[in-house]
Amino acid sequence: MIPEQVIPWALGLPLLGAFGIWITGRWPNIRESVTLITSLLVFVLVASLFDNVAAGENPSWQWGEMLPGLGISFVLEPLGMIFAGIASFLWIVTTLYTIGYMRGHHEKNQTRFYICFAVAISSAIGIAFAGNMLTLFVFYEVLTISTFPLVTHSGTPEAKRAGRVYLGILIGTSIGLQLVGIIWTYSLTGTLDFTPGGIMEGKVQPTIVAILLALYVFGIGKAAVMPFHRWLPAAMVAPTPVSALLHAVAVVKAGVFTVLKITVYIFGIDFLSELGASTWIAYMAAMTILLASLVAMRKDNLKARLAYSTISQLSYIVLGAMMATGLGIIGGGMHIVMHAFGKITLFFCAGAIMVASHKTEISQMRGLGRKMPITFICFLIGSLSIIGLPPFGGVWSKWYLALAAAETDQVIFVAVLMISSLLNVAYLLPIVVRGFYNDPAPDDHDQHHDTDNDHADANAAAHHPGDASGPHQWKWAGMTEAPPLCVGALAFTAAGCLVLFVYADMVYQFLLPVVEGTVK
Amino acid sequence: MIEAHLPILQVIIPLIAAPVCVFLRHPLITWALATVISWVCLAISIMLLQQVQASGEIIYEIGGWAAPWGIEYRVDTLSAWVMVIVTSVGAVVTPYAKLSAEKEIDRDRLYIFYAMLLLCETGLLGITITGDAFNLFVFLEISSLSTYVLVSMGKDRRGLTAAYRYLIMGTLGATFYIIGVGLMYMMTGTLNIADLAKLIPDVAETRTVQAALAFLTVGLAIKLALFPLHLWLPNAYAFAPSVVTVFLAATATKVAVYALIRIVFTIFGGVDILESVEIRHVLAALAIAAMFAGSAVAIYQTNIKRMLAYSSLAQIGYMILGLSMNSVTGVTAGLVHLFNHAMMKGGLFMVMGCVVYRIGSAKLDDMAGLGKQMPVTMGAFVAGGLSLIGVPLSVGFISKWTLLQAAFEKGWWPVAALIVVSSLLAVIYIWRVVEVAYFREPAAGQVAVKEAPFLMLIPMLLLIGASFYFGIDGTSTLTVAGDAAKALIGGLK
Repeated sequence: MIPEQVIPWALGLPLLGAFGIWITGRWPNIRESVTLITSLLVFVLVASLFDNVAAGENPSWQWGEMLPGLGISFVLEPLGMIFAGIASFLWIVTTLYTIGYMRGHHEKNQTRFYICFAVAISSAIGIAFAGNMLTLFVFYEVLTISTFPLVTHSGTPEAKRAGRVYLGILIGTSIGLQLVGIIWTYSLTGTLDFTPGGIMEGKVQPTIVAILLALYVFGIGKAAVMPFHRWLPAAMVAPTPVSALLHAVAVVKAGVFTVLKITVYIFGIDFLSELGASTWIAYMAAMTILLASLVAMRKDNLKARLAYSTISQLSYIVLGAMMATGLGIIGGGMHIVMHAFGKITLFFCAGAIMVASHKTEISQMRGLGRKMPITFICFLIGSLSIIGLPPFGGVWSKWYLALAAAETDQVIFVAVLMISSLLNVAYLLPIVVRGFYNDPAPDDHDQHHDTDNDHADANAAAHHPGDASGPHQWKWAGMTEAPPLCVGALAFTAAGCLVLFVYADMVYQFLLPVVEGTVK
Repeated sequence: MIEAHLPILQVIIPLIAAPVCVFLRHPLITWALATVISWVCLAISIMLLQQVQASGEIIYEIGGWAAPWGIEYRVDTLSAWVMVIVTSVGAVVTPYAKLSAEKEIDRDRLYIFYAMLLLCETGLLGITITGDAFNLFVFLEISSLSTYVLVSMGKDRRGLTAAYRYLIMGTLGATFYIIGVGLMYMMTGTLNIADLAKLIPDVAETRTVQAALAFLTVGLAIKLALFPLHLWLPNAYAFAPSVVTVFLAATATKVAVYALIRIVFTIFGGVDILESVEIRHVLAALAIAAMFAGSAVAIYQTNIKRMLAYSSLAQIGYMILGLSMNSVTGVTAGLVHLFNHAMMKGGLFMVMGCVVYRIGSAKLDDMAGLGKQMPVTMGAFVAGGLSLIGVPLSVGFISKWTLLQAAFEKGWWPVAALIVVSSLLAVIYIWRVVEVAYFREPAAGQVAVKEAPFLMLIPMLLLIGASFYFGIDGTSTLTVAGDAAKALIGGLK
C-alpha cells in the first residue's frame, strides 16, 4: 500500500477492531484474539510509514470538509510518527498484560472495556497524524470521551466522583480555553494548518501571542500543567491497564505532544524565542515539576504516587517546548518515548502487585519484593530510567533538556531538572528498598523464599506467556507472581528501557528534521 | 406544470389533510395519512430548496392576483431552509407519534391529535412561505391555536394549565404582532413584505413606525420564548404529550425566530435597524441572559423534559445572539443553529418520549439504571447531550464554532468568553442524567423495562444520527445558511 492509503487504515482499523470486539463479546477468547490481532496489524501499519517519514516525505490524506475551508486532514511528520509508533506499539504489550490482569482481577464489563480501549487508540493515532489544529482538537475530544467509561469502569461512587473531575477538567479546559484559542488563531491567521515555522509570524501582535499561548498550554488539560492536573490522580480509579497505557502514555502524551506540535507548527520556535512569550509558562512548568514531585513523596497509594510522578514528568516536555529552542523540542520528543517505557513499566508493576497480593498502599509492601522478585526488579529498572540514570533510556531525554536549558542561559531550569532527579530518587527507590530489605508486615503469614536468581526468571517469564485463565497468583520457582502475561509484559517494557539507552540516537536523528536549522 | 405550483401545495396539502383526518376518525388510518402527508411535505420543501438554489427566488401569486393587491408567496433560500427544517422534523415525528401518542393520549381523541398536528405544520409552513405580513398573522394563529390543543391533549392534567398559560401569552404575542402590522399599514398602506421593505425607510423615523417595531419585536419575542418572555414554555414542553414536545421544540420556536428575522432584516433591512436603534444591544443582552438563566435553571430541574425545555431557552439565546451581531458570520451562526438545534433537541425529546413510553415518567429519579435496561435510548441521550455541549463531530460544535468566529470577527471578546462558559453549563445538566442512568442502581420496587420499540427508536436514531452527520459534514449546512445570511445582510448595504 502507498502511504496515503495506510493513513485511513491505521485510523480505521482500531474502530473495525472495536466492532469486532463488540460482535465477539460473548466469547472472551475470540474477543481478546480480535483485540490482539488488531493491535498487531495497527502497529504494522504505523511502522510501515516510518521509512517514508524518515526519508523526509510527508504523506497526507484528507477526509471531508467539516467547516468551509477547514477539513479533517492528516499529514505525517516525525513528532507525530514517534507518538503514533509508541502508542500503537505499547498497545500490543498492554493488550497482553490486560488479558492477564482483567481475568486475574475478575473485572466486569470487559467487552465495553476493550471497545473503549480500541477507540481511544484510534483517536490517539488521529491526534498523532493530524494535519491541522481542528483535526487534532476533534480527536483530542474523542479521546477524552472514549476514556471516560474506562475511568469509571468499576461504577462505584468513588469512580463516579473521579469521572466528574476527569470530564470536568478535560472538557472544561479544552472547550473553555483551547477551543477559544483555536478559533481566535483562525480568525487572526485564516488557517489552522500545521506549517513548519508556524503561522503566526507577522499576523499576530506580541501581546496576543502570549495570551494565545497560555490559552493553548493551559487549555491542553491533558498535559496536566498545574493548576489543571487534578484529573490525572482522579483517573487512577481505573483498572491498571488503563492507567498504564492511557494515563501514562496515550492520553497524557497526547497532551504534551499537542504542546510540542503547537510550539513548532502553530507558533514557530524562532518566533516564540524572539518574543520571549513562553518564558513565564516555562516557569509554570518548572514549578509543576517540583511541586508534583513533592506531592508524590507524600502519597502512600502506589498508583497515586505514580500519577503525581507522571504530572511532574509531563512538565519536562512542556518545559522543553516552552524553552523554544530546537534541542528543547528534541529533548521533549525523546522524553515522550523514554518516559512512556519507564512509566508503563512502573504501572504494570503496580497492577501486578495488586493482582497477586491485592496490595495498593506502599506501606503494605514491606518484604513483598522477596515474593515477587521479577516485578520489583523491573520496578527498579523503570525507576532508574525515570530518574535518568545510565544505562537506561531516560538519561538521554533529560540530557538534551538540560542542554537546551543551558543553551538558553536558563541555569535555573538546569537546577530544576537536577533537583527533580533527586526527588525522583527519593520517592521511587524507597519502594524497591522496602520491598527487598524490610521484613514483611507482622500480619503477613506467607512464607518467603530466597531470591537470588531474579534475572534468569525475568527472561524465563518473558518467554512463557502461556495460559492466563488460571488463578491470579502464579507460583513458580518459589515466587508468588502475577499471571505470566502480566509479568511477561512488564519484563518486556523494562527491557525496552535498556534497549532505548543504546538506540536513543536513532530517535534523535529521526526528530532532527522537525527543528531543521535551529540545532547545530 | 406541477412544479410551478409547489409553493401553494406546500401549504394546501397538509391544510386539506387535517379535516380529512377528522372525517376518517380511525386512529391507524389517520396516522397513516398524516405520515404520508408529512413525507410529501418534506419532498416538496426539498424540491423548493433545490429550485431556489438553482434559479433564485420564487414568487407565487395566489389566484393570479399580483401583489400588493393579492397575497404572494415568496420562497428564498432562507424560507426554503426553514421549511426543510420544519418538514423534516415533521416527517420523522409523525411515524414516531403512533406508539407514543397511543400511550399518552386517549384513543378516541387520536384523530384530533393527527388533525391538529397537520394543522400546526400547515401554520408553520405558511408563516415561512408567505410574503404578506397579515397573512403571516393568520398562519401564526393557525399554528398557535392548534398548538394549544396539542399541549392540552395529554393525560397529565397539568397540561391543561400549561396550555391555558400558553394561550394567554401566545394571544398577547399575536395581538402585539397584529398591532405592529396595523401601525405599519397605517404609515405605508401595504401589507406585502417586499413592498414594506421598500416603503419603510422613508417613514422609519416616525414614532408610529418605531412603535410598530417595538410591538412586532416584543410580540415575536413572546412567541419564540426569548428570556424573560419565556414563562409559557417550560410547562408547556414538560406537560404536553412527548411527541408534541418533540415537534414544538424542534419547529415552533424556530419559525418564530424566522418571523423575527423577516421583520428585522427584510422589512426594516433598508434602514439597518440593528445598527441605528439600540435594539441590537437589547437583543444581545437578553440573548446572553437567556444563555445563562436557561442553563442555570436547567441544572436544578428534576423533570428531564422540563430540563430540556430550559436548555431550549438557552439555545434560543445562541440563535438570537448570532442574529444580533448583524454580520454575515453571525447571522449564519444563528441560522445554522436553527437547523442544528432542531436535530439535537428533537432527538433528545424523542429519547424522553421513549423513556416515558416505557417507565411512564420523565423524572430523573425514576431513570436510575436505565443505561443498562434501555441501552440504545440512553446511548442516544448521551450522543444528543454531547451535541448539546458542543463536542466536535456533533452539530453543536459547528454552531459554536461559527458563533465564536462571529464574536471574534466583531471583536466582542467578553461575549466570546460568555458563550464558552455558558456552553460548559450544559456539561453539568447533561451529566446529572448520565450519572443517574448509568451509575445509580434502580430503586427497590422499580420495574425493569425493555428497550423502546423499533418504530420509536428509528426516528429517534435518525435525528440523533443527523446531529452527527451534519456535525462531520458541517460545510453542507453552513453553505446554505451562509447563502441565506448573505442575502439578508446584502439587502442592507
